[in-house]
Amino acid sequence: MSAASVFGLCAAAVAGLGLYGVITNPNPLRKIVAFNLLGSGVFMIFGVVARRGAAAGFGGDPIPQALVITGVVVAFSATALAVALLLRLFRTTGTTTLKADAQANGTDPTGS
Amino acid sequence: MTVATALEIVLAVIVLGIAFWTTMVRDTSAAVVGFLAYGLLLALVWVRLGAVDVALTEAAIGGGLAGVLLLGAAARLRGAEISADAERPRTIPSAAAAVLATIVVGALAAAVLSLPDPAPTLAPAAAANAAATGLGNPVTNVLMAFRAMDTMLEKVVLLLALLGVWSLAPDRLWAGGRPGPRHRADPNGVLAFLARVLPPIGIVVGIYILWAGANHPGGAFQGGTIVAAMWLLVIMAGIVDTPPVSARRLRLVLICGPAVFVVVGLAGLAFGAAFLAYPAAYAKPLIVMIEVAMVLTIAATLGLLLAGAPERSAEP
Repeated sequence: MSAASVFGLCAAAVAGLGLYGVITNPNPLRKIVAFNLLGSGVFMIFGVVARRGAAAGFGGDPIPQALVITGVVVAFSATALAVALLLRLFRTTGTTTLKADAQANGTDPTGS
Repeated sequence: MTVATALEIVLAVIVLGIAFWTTMVRDTSAAVVGFLAYGLLLALVWVRLGAVDVALTEAAIGGGLAGVLLLGAAARLRGAEISADAERPRTIPSAAAAVLATIVVGALAAAVLSLPDPAPTLAPAAAANAAATGLGNPVTNVLMAFRAMDTMLEKVVLLLALLGVWSLAPDRLWAGGRPGPRHRADPNGVLAFLARVLPPIGIVVGIYILWAGANHPGGAFQGGTIVAAMWLLVIMAGIVDTPPVSARRLRLVLICGPAVFVVVGLAGLAFGAAFLAYPAAYAKPLIVMIEVAMVLTIAATLGLLLAGAPERSAEP
């Protein structure tokens, strides 16, 4: 089994874990973390494709690698925006719940 | 099975284990710390995949800056933790989510294992055209020349994200508040000491990684991230404050990367073959010039993205 297959399977599992976390975890910050896991699994699959394309004396195909570098930076900026939105939500409503009824009341959501 | 393969399997299992723990653990701070460790180990995976440039980026951004960002958010949201706990999902939806995730994993695994052999690759094309730019690092070649449009637009995305973060400021601070809380640390403590000792070294390392990126792993992203980390260290130690968002010099730094990129691109349109076409004789100096402007912009943008929305008035 080559390095590409080992990390390819690892990437598939990480992407699945991230997807599961995004759907099931009610805490928005945990959703952001899970979404990053999902994204990094996809990036890793890019890495596997790049590794398999090693040729011309390079350790991997440089095009997917460059795309991943761009992707990592964009993913970080999206994460920063999501975190800023979440902090603003917390400052405005005093809670981080995503449930519509709790926010409409603007009250303590523990009872909902 | 060779030693290298065994090492890769062990690394993959550890990465997977940490990803599992990050998803399942109850405490949010623990999950964020797990994600930080995951990002650092992922950098090792990238080294094993022969992508040292990506490994540097992942270690600096995925492991470093994203970790700091999420840890800071987790600390500020601690009060909301209890209320979020009350809304655990019901069993049936979460079982359905598990089934869906398993199907996705199965499909991805099948796709990864049935990739075509020999693999399609653009590496020979990248090698054949490397002489056009005079750079030895194929990834920098792709980022700065062959697919320069992607990199330029990515700078614009960074700027848009920062605008999005700033737009969350309360109305009264819109005209010029300072981002983030005012950090205070013991002026004789370890943090303040490190914030005085490390930045000169870090800035030199950042510039070196930018410069070395022409021919070796490295480049503007990785160098810029290190410079941003040094700036944040000084801010967190309370030695300097974040600049008000209305500062003219700050805004010039924020736009200089994309602006230089666009100007060079338009010059390519006017004097050369196409938008972003570098004249062969000046390719390397032009690329280095763009990268220098980009490092400044990346460092400032990443630092300010981490600092967050303006939340204090500019007067101390």
